[in-house]
Amino acid sequence: MAEHILMKGNEAIAISAIRNGCDGYFGYPITPQSEIMETLMVEKPWETTGMVVLQAESETSSINMLYGGASCGKKVMTSSSSPGLSLMCEGLSYLAGAELPCVVVNVVRGGPGLGTIQPGQGDYFQACKGGGHGDYKMIVLAPSSAQEMYDFVDLGFDLAFKYLSPALILADGVVGQMMEKVELRPMKDRMSNEEIAQKYPWATTGKTPDRKQNVITSLALDAAVHERLNDKLQAKYKQMEEEDVRFETYMCEDAEHVIVAYGCMARICESTIDQARAEGIKLGLLRPITLFPFPTKEIQRLTPQLKTIMSVELSAGQMIEDIRLAVNGQIPVNFFGRLGGIVPSPEEVYEAFKKEINK
Amino acid sequence: MDVKDIIKPENKVYSKTSVLTDNVMHYCPGCSHGTVHKLIAEVIDEMGIQDKTIGISPVGCSVFAYNYLDIDWQQAAHGRAPALATATARLFPDKYVFTYQGDGDLASIGTAEIMHACNRGENIVVIFINNAIYGMTGGQMAPTTLMGMKTATSPYGRCEELHGKPLKITELISQLEGTCYVTRQSVQSAAAARKTKRAIRKAFENCSQKKGTSFVEVVSACNSGWKLSPVKANEWMVENMFPNYPLGDLKDR
Repeated sequence: MAEHILMKGNEAIAISAIRNGCDGYFGYPITPQSEIMETLMVEKPWETTGMVVLQAESETSSINMLYGGASCGKKVMTSSSSPGLSLMCEGLSYLAGAELPCVVVNVVRGGPGLGTIQPGQGDYFQACKGGGHGDYKMIVLAPSSAQEMYDFVDLGFDLAFKYLSPALILADGVVGQMMEKVELRPMKDRMSNEEIAQKYPWATTGKTPDRKQNVITSLALDAAVHERLNDKLQAKYKQMEEEDVRFETYMCEDAEHVIVAYGCMARICESTIDQARAEGIKLGLLRPITLFPFPTKEIQRLTPQLKTIMSVELSAGQMIEDIRLAVNGQIPVNFFGRLGGIVPSPEEVYEAFKKEINK
Repeated sequence: MDVKDIIKPENKVYSKTSVLTDNVMHYCPGCSHGTVHKLIAEVIDEMGIQDKTIGISPVGCSVFAYNYLDIDWQQAAHGRAPALATATARLFPDKYVFTYQGDGDLASIGTAEIMHACNRGENIVVIFINNAIYGMTGGQMAPTTLMGMKTATSPYGRCEELHGKPLKITELISQLEGTCYVTRQSVQSAAAARKTKRAIRKAFENCSQKKGTSFVEVVSACNSGWKLSPVKANEWMVENMFPNYPLGDLKDR
């Protein structure tokens, strides 16, 4: 029988990394996600699986340690919270440009600036629209439970290596800090250096006489070469949109109105749906699991049956822009959000929803 | 005697190491980079570690070091090479990992990364090219630019009020517990180049003995940036750079 443990979302990330064959974690402390590195240091995986854990001097350094580790074909990850992710944007752009796989966790807090250590979802644009310089995207996974925090580490690595691209787990302070039952999936072994050299022939494993040198770089001064590199990246992002969109729906079959929410807000909005249904209002929930690639097609599929759609976020309205692009003006797209780290109740969301549809 | 009679294997006194590729270098004639590249290539060849060596190239003129040394390379963001090297050395503890960085990369934008990698005693080699100028971007002031030295961003000469004094980063590095070998060398003459090669060899050997971080500064000439002929640049370096950056070992343990 599978083992279940009660743990924080942040702890689930750490335990999952060890159990899923992660080779290295490099991080810098920041609230509300410090439990990730703390748990790793307590677990001492270097004595069991051989996983390397290192506290870096900054988030700038930890993301560049990922660049080095990923260049070696190793499964490497880091975690941080909003201000730390801002520092990592340079590195993420380089990782995307050099086509390197890695997993980055952002347990989002309120911003801008030092902001607050309370939960937020204001990093949606940074996560989904690039953040760093240049035309790049990342896989963005939005967990809404401790179990998904656990599962998305493995899924993140799978997708990162499938596309040779960074994968971002965009959590929030609620999901990181809340304790829930987590099922421990079967252990996965780390790969040996020989397996890495064979499976990832691009990796810097040391130039042997039987092959050409491997160079990991994002530099291409020749305009034609650089355009080809960019075209390749864009083709990859298109493939992500075709093959790896993930979402969940709740009571959408007969829905006349739909709320779109992710992370902790999706959990809260489930109760809002139940309240609406109890009063006979046909409200459903669409929960994007991948924020990039965004479930645009599912929104387009639902739109003809809907009167309104509402984005509910812990931000001033960021995901709503992707919903509007999908809906393309066919029905009203409403918004409700709280800022500053305030997490609204299901009732508050329901009141806001009713106010909008009765306008 | 015909020239064909002379070109015979038994008469050969020197071969270019195969670790150095045949690509034509983009460095300006008179630049020190090419010499240092060759010395590293020879050390890798002589130690027989081509398949175990991973280089980390910087941002600066030597960003293209990977075109000239036939080993696996990672090209880092500006200043971040020691972070890449840290992860690489920890994940591949049996490899030889070295960074190759200029003064802007190592002593300005990358100070945090180099100080902490050295302080942790990462088992890596650092080759630090100090030519007191930003070569690639067109000759701007570097942290190691000498007082009074004219550059594109100190057109009237470096002055203390405006720019502060040159950063003696190697002296700082030598104070860090994690470093086992810190030395300052040069390559303006055959004798100097031979000394530098010995230092690089020692640094790589320290790596195999897992002694910590070895740091080799090479005081170098950037004749284009200094706006001098190659010969004058070397003379100027000896007269002006060496008094400020004295050659020799700062630490060897």
